[in-house]
Amino acid sequence: MSNTQLTPGVVPGRLARGAYGDNFADMAPPLDAHEAAVAADRCYFCHDAPCTVACPTSIDVPLFIRQIATGTAEAAAKTILSQNILGGMCARVCPTETLCEEACVREAAEGKPVEIGRLQRFATDRLMAKGAMPFARAAATGRRIAVVGAGPAGLSAAHRLAMLGHDVTLYDGREKAGGLNEYGIAAYKAVDDFAQSEVAWLMQIGGITVKTGQRLGHELSLEGLSGNFDAVFLGIGLTGVNALRAEGEEKSHVRDAVDFISELRQTGDLSALPVGRDVVVIGGGMTAVDAAVQSKLLGAEHVTMVYRRGEAQMGASEYEREHAASKGVRIITGAAPVRVIGEGAVTHVEFAYTEEGPGGLTLTDHTFRLKADQVFKAIGQTLEGVPEGLHLAGRKIAVTGPGRTSVKGVWAGGDCAQGGDDLTVTAVAEGRDAAMDIHAALMGHQAGAVR
Amino acid sequence: MADLTSDFVGIKSPNPFWLASAPPTDKEYNVRRAFEAGWGGVVWKTLGEAGPPVVNVNGPRYGAVYGADRRLLGLNNIELITDRPLEVNLREIKAVKRDYPDRALVVSIMVPCEEAAWKAILPLVEETGADGIELNFGCPHGMSERGMGSAVGQVPEYVEMVARWCKANTRMPVIVKLTPNISNILMPAEAAQRGGADAVSLINTINSITSVDLDLFAPEPTIDGKGSHGGYCGPAVKPIALSMVSEIARHAETRGLPISGIGGVTTWRDAAEFLALGAGNVQVCTAAMTYGFKVVQEMISGLSDYLDAKEMALSDLVGRAVPNVTDWQYLNLNYVTKARIDQDACIKCGRCYAACEDTSHQAIWMKEGRVFEVNDAECVACNLCVDVCPVEDCITMERLEQGATDPRTGRVVGDYANWTTHPNNPSATAAE
Ligand SMILES: Cc1cc2nc3c(=O)[nH]c(=O)nc-3n(C[C@H](O)[C@H](O)[C@H](O)COP(=O)(O)OP(=O)(O)OC[C@H]3O[C@@H](n4cnc5c(N)ncnc54)[C@H](O)[C@@H]3O)c2cc1C
Ligand SMILES: Cc1cc2nc3c(=O)[nH]c(=O)nc-3n(C[C@H](O)[C@H](O)[C@H](O)COP(=O)(O)O)c2cc1C
Ligand code: SF4
Repeated sequence: MSNTQLTPGVVPGRLARGAYGDNFADMAPPLDAHEAAVAADRCYFCHDAPCTVACPTSIDVPLFIRQIATGTAEAAAKTILSQNILGGMCARVCPTETLCEEACVREAAEGKPVEIGRLQRFATDRLMAKGAMPFARAAATGRRIAVVGAGPAGLSAAHRLAMLGHDVTLYDGREKAGGLNEYGIAAYKAVDDFAQSEVAWLMQIGGITVKTGQRLGHELSLEGLSGNFDAVFLGIGLTGVNALRAEGEEKSHVRDAVDFISELRQTGDLSALPVGRDVVVIGGGMTAVDAAVQSKLLGAEHVTMVYRRGEAQMGASEYEREHAASKGVRIITGAAPVRVIGEGAVTHVEFAYTEEGPGGLTLTDHTFRLKADQVFKAIGQTLEGVPEGLHLAGRKIAVTGPGRTSVKGVWAGGDCAQGGDDLTVTAVAEGRDAAMDIHAALMGHQAGAVR
Repeated sequence: MADLTSDFVGIKSPNPFWLASAPPTDKEYNVRRAFEAGWGGVVWKTLGEAGPPVVNVNGPRYGAVYGADRRLLGLNNIELITDRPLEVNLREIKAVKRDYPDRALVVSIMVPCEEAAWKAILPLVEETGADGIELNFGCPHGMSERGMGSAVGQVPEYVEMVARWCKANTRMPVIVKLTPNISNILMPAEAAQRGGADAVSLINTINSITSVDLDLFAPEPTIDGKGSHGGYCGPAVKPIALSMVSEIARHAETRGLPISGIGGVTTWRDAAEFLALGAGNVQVCTAAMTYGFKVVQEMISGLSDYLDAKEMALSDLVGRAVPNVTDWQYLNLNYVTKARIDQDACIKCGRCYAACEDTSHQAIWMKEGRVFEVNDAECVACNLCVDVCPVEDCITMERLEQGATDPRTGRVVGDYANWTTHPNNPSATAAE
């Protein structure tokens, strides 16, 4: 293969063979025992700790850090996992800079929070390396629950329900369980097939039957599930994507960022994955950053991210923007695409600068063109395939309390449900809370006895 | 640069920082390096009788207590006196003293509690040209099992007797090193004074077990499955040493007895505190063992800057805090303070709240938005909140002016008044 960064078009193998391994290596390598001890020492063991409050799953951060500091990392892991069964993945993917670490009082004190995410990884890695599941299943209740969607929300709900003694069937439309942990998260955040190992580890609780390739609306129907199970939990995420609504969007080499990322995550050989020389990513969120950075890491010469509003409104945190910039991604704000140009395949994208007015965002007459042989659309995912009869709130499934939908016996959580940020950790929290509510609903007064 | 030259019982040194008798002073090589690094003097590692030297364990001899980031806070040892032949040590002492005439070189000695043994060794030491001797009555492990070290230091009569023998048999100044493993430090100090000692030095190490190996079920350091208590030193023992030094400095009988302060001196500040409480100089062991000989350079520059800033001579500092060490009963009960939290400095960790709410006086409010404020009506001014706050000077104790009303007691803050005249004191003397 003789392609380089300068080869025009969308081609594979732009880099030397060895470069892929380096480029896609662990973004935040694990702490060793000494580093963990030093990092753990910095925790002040705050009262009513702000980090715990900031964590969507309310992990008792000071307690687990103290457990690490005293040389009991596995106890620390149990503290983490009792609140968040995907604590291992969250340790890798949570935007801690806007969650626990932003709240850390040492951030206020010296601009350097305790490294909560990395400590969490240290503890969970230790426990998972042993392969043991620290929780035991309660006595069987005889109740059967269908969980649809094996992403973070579904996995979290399934684990909690199984732990409480229920029999769970976990359905997913795709080939593998894990949801966006498997198909979406940037490759360098969850190296070494962590998503699958975590799923396998989690299943050790027992009582969960996984059925993949089962799509609600195709192989499955909500009615059918409601008839066969005592309760249904929907954690189907957001599988649709927004359209650009710009002229020429259908040209070739213009595609959804999530598809590109999913392909990247599933490929066995990154050097075989084609990428453009001039890549333009449209959007300002986590998906846009991940598509841009990974294009760059695959060897694209120029990668530009264009977001229609200002920097402050971007979904990607400052930390993520800096990460993108450090990898050589250029970020343009305040511009929206108006036209995709090219004969068959894209060659340029024309943008117009935007203006924020009382009536919302408007396009100005000032335009510019960016050279592009590949364009990724990352302007948001949408809910798709919602079963009939469920009320919506805006563009999500309407829920009250811990995930109760408008249909009796049906709960929902994660990205598909109303409320909360679209984050892995939020999905875990919602899945867990819905599971507790399902348990309470099914067991009535007996529920209190199980804890 | 302040003049740090020191004269301790006639022994002159360019600064008041001496290395204490311990591994750093066990041989010529070390001591030369120490002098090159700037130490004002050394007390040579304790010599024993002529003949076959003692032997040390061949397994680990230290145990440690750590603070954050493995900062060594306390060190424990089961080492004995020098395990090198007497003649070798004497020869080296002589050579070093000849090359460093301006430095203090004191020789520590421990021989059996018989006059003949002391009579035998003293002329040998004198012959080296050493500036003085220090009697090791402090070592709390190993040697004490053989009737020496702290076994002598714990019996005031023996302390007095040996000090007297030494004074009678040498012209060198005699410093008696005291053990803290005793209920009242004044007893051996007075005994040393009665025996004619020129000075006391304190503290030697404290009986200790620093940790237990929870797999072997044995104290650490563990020697083939067993451990014995050792002697504790390092920053952790400084408070105990300071208190003992201050007792000797302020006690009527011992006041004026020169003191060489030892125990946890790690920085210039520690040294200055010992000096302020009445020590004429200080001796250092653990800090040197932890960081190397170079630490003395910080001690020298720090003490010098401090004296310059205060426009004080070294001799003005010595004993300066002694008049302010008093008995509890004389403390002013009308000195009323309240904790004040600087909201700008506060990082909202809530440790003051947890401490006060759970274990003290429920005097801190946690308000909306994690704002912590002191309720003067409950604050007893214990200052626990200050001690647990991670931000220096964020919480301070502020005095209520005389004439102000303490919202906790409802009483007006009056003039100085202490427990001796307090109405709640059954044996109060009527206030004049
Ligand atoms: C590119 C990208 C990067 C991201 N990076 C981060 C990050 O770094 N950190 C972070 O916290 N969050 C990140 N997120 C967000 C995070 O991945 C999601 O918030 C989270 O995965 C939501 O979990 P979920 O279980 O609700 O949905 P999903 O993870 O989307 O899982 C839904 C599951 O349901 C299945 N499903 C969908 N429809 C059906 C159906 N009809 N029938 C059967 N099964 C169905 C899907 O196959 C999928 O397995 C990222 C998202 C994207 C797209
Ligand atoms: C502020 C304070 C007051 C104490 N008062 C007493 C007391 O009145 N009676 C007592 O027996 N011990 C008292 N102690 C000693 C403790 O009971 C305990 O023995 C000591 O603090 C050592 O334990 P620790 O350091 O592990 O806490 C007190 C300790 C502290 C810190
Ligand atoms: S000084 Fe003591 S009583 Fe007062 S607020 Fe602080 S901790 Fe509470």
